[in-house]
Amino acid sequence: MNWIFEPWPWYVSGPMIAFIMLLLIMVGKNFGMSSNLRTMCTICGAGKNTDFFKFDWKSQKWNLVVVLGAIIGGFIGSHLLTNDFAVNINPETISDLKVLGFNSAGKAYLPTELFDNSVFSNLKGITLLALGGLLVGFGARYAGGCTSGHAISGLSNLQLPSLIAVIGFFIGGLVMIHFLFPLIF
Amino acid sequence: MIRTLIYLLIGIVFGITMFKSEASSWFRIYEMFKFESFHMYGIIGSALAVGIIFVQIIKRKKLKSFYKEEIIFTPKDKGIARYLIGGIIFGLGWALAGACPGPMFTLLGAGFFPILIVILFAVIGTYVYGLLKDRLPH
Repeated sequence: MNWIFEPWPWYVSGPMIAFIMLLLIMVGKNFGMSSNLRTMCTICGAGKNTDFFKFDWKSQKWNLVVVLGAIIGGFIGSHLLTNDFAVNINPETISDLKVLGFNSAGKAYLPTELFDNSVFSNLKGITLLALGGLLVGFGARYAGGCTSGHAISGLSNLQLPSLIAVIGFFIGGLVMIHFLFPLIF
Repeated sequence: MIRTLIYLLIGIVFGITMFKSEASSWFRIYEMFKFESFHMYGIIGSALAVGIIFVQIIKRKKLKSFYKEEIIFTPKDKGIARYLIGGIIFGLGWALAGACPGPMFTLLGAGFFPILIVILFAVIGTYVYGLLKDRLPH
């Protein structure tokens, strides 16, 4: 059982994700995480002035329960099933990141430069996380889905719009890391 | 009640998988966009290979859900602009925050509290889209 404490290889993780999608389909639902962000807007009262958020959020309660599960799963995964948090990325990636100032590369699960609690008193860190979140939320809804809704569910159903969206995800990601990161960090 | 419990269990398995696969690690996302590892491509590729088989079996055998209901796959609306532009904006944020809308909740459970900033602003970003929706090309 020691393997469970190690990072899971891709050939275990990938099929697990497909299996999670299958389970959701078999209980009559679908695998898509970003629609929860819309539901949260509606719960906060966004439906009062915008039609896009006027829907019965209770019909999406099941997906919020999945989110709650994902939070609990994160707790279990980190607190009970992990001994060593260092993510074993490519040594070349580590040296690239060190040039950008990410000295935690290769030693942590997330860069401490962005995700240590001290970031709450660091204006640049807060701004970058806020900007990242803003782009993810806006882009996911504009594209009608995120990694789960398009890259997994949509492509599994051979949807051309999902392929276009996934190509977009990669264009955006490549531009951010190759052109914008050297300017930001 | 039982159904709610099933959704919760599915979410827990999803959260554990996202954490243990390192798909919720900012470093893995960066490494993926650098093309310096097969790991993330292996995860998405194998999920897709297995997923396509599952969906094809369900469609061809016209399988019913566990609750004997018909399974409906809604095709995505046609179009290019919204998927391409929305996708690019999403990708910019995915690479910067290193988390997409599933893993961001996993990371919260794992105790990385600055991810709350990402979650809060992802909700705000969704709201801004709702406000601007009718003025954007789709």
